Amino acid sequence: MPEHEAGGPLGTPTLEVRDFLRRRREQIAQRWADEPLFRAVFTLSRDEAVEAGKAVVDALAQVADAQRVEDSDAAGFTGVREQLGRMSASRSRAGLSITQVSNELASLWPPVDKLLTSELEERPAEELRACTTALSTLMGTLRVVAVQTALSEGQALIDRQRLQLLEVATPVIRLWDGIVAVPLIGTLDSARSQVVMETLLNAVVDQHARFAILDITGVPTVDSLVAQHLMKTVAAARLMGAECVISGIRPAIAQTMVHLGLDLGSVLTRASLADALGYCLNELGVAVSGPADGSAVRR
Amino acid sequence: MYTASEIEACLPIRSDMDLVWVRQHVRQAAALLGFGLVDQTKLVTAASELARNTLVHGGGGQLDVTPVTAGFGHGLRLTFSDTGPGIADLERALSDGFTSGDGLGMGLGGARRLVHEFEVESAEGSGTTVRVTSWVSRPPRAREER
Repeated sequence: MPEHEAGGPLGTPTLEVRDFLRRRREQIAQRWADEPLFRAVFTLSRDEAVEAGKAVVDALAQVADAQRVEDSDAAGFTGVREQLGRMSASRSRAGLSITQVSNELASLWPPVDKLLTSELEERPAEELRACTTALSTLMGTLRVVAVQTALSEGQALIDRQRLQLLEVATPVIRLWDGIVAVPLIGTLDSARSQVVMETLLNAVVDQHARFAILDITGVPTVDSLVAQHLMKTVAAARLMGAECVISGIRPAIAQTMVHLGLDLGSVLTRASLADALGYCLNELGVAVSGPADGSAVRR
Repeated sequence: MYTASEIEACLPIRSDMDLVWVRQHVRQAAALLGFGLVDQTKLVTAASELARNTLVHGGGGQLDVTPVTAGFGHGLRLTFSDTGPGIADLERALSDGFTSGDGLGMGLGGARRLVHEFEVESAEGSGTTVRVTSWVSRPPRAREER
């Protein structure tokens, strides 16, 4: 044993792997540049891929140096986290599932393992095994880091989009003096109906609205919760002195609501937004004259 | 025609976001099977009610979607299962206006009226399974009272 110790100055498998990574930095990066993952992400130049590969090797060496091969939070990974995230994101955009991306990351291991094995060939089997185990643990952790980064980026994106959706989907439109309308689009869950109610009530105050039209043409499903949200909104608007009209109830939705046993009897409803506007204008005593032939607006 | 893999699914029901996915999948599956617009809407609404029950009262669970055939008819079966506290008084839970939460109390009874077949298995403390089936064309045997 001692004569082999001389080859590896510090002896422990992890540090052995660290030294190996530092020695073979260039070769590993070159081999990785030929792997599908790097080839697909860095399409412009091979040099770019090699540089990226080197950054990853450096990070791995740093983690090994800190003796934290199993720790995906190791400081060494911080530097390459963004790069790994970018690489996984770019593969996901190309249509790969997270499993496939993870498999591509796994394929980075064999070339390094081969290098390591050939370099430590003459070492006793036990030592060699310890080194390859350390390396494979390290590569596994790299995979975890990459997948973690990809997932957390995806989650951040989803959260942002959800907030955007809350903002975007609830405009209050002034249709006439004293008439405001909210076109509801998409799913009316509790969070969104809260936003709708707030913006609508504010608009009722700001615009001195006597009528508020809730148009549900863009709501695909009206179940009991959606109906409950609608009725609460109507009741709140009524307290503020505005009468609510619900419009845009499609035939299929109307039948479903009847079967479901939902009773909107206390709420004014109209089939279309135009009908609802006609009703409100009529109630306000606004006459809209038609074209030259004098045909009246429909009520 | 459709393939079973486009319809068959096991969807988790763990959050409000999952409900959106449940509705979308049921709508797609119903459309593939040839349900008319009204029947699609009914089934999706029933699924929405039952999935919300699974989430709110059952503390989360899952939905299994399977296509079924009987004679000439084919349809869609939705199985909602949770491991929550179960339903203590089924008769009362199915009656309109009864709610253990702060909803309208129309969910379970309403969903029963929106589908052709409706079964609930529940025991206190051991979770609830609700199985509903709707047929594209009427099933060959006489339909039970709805």
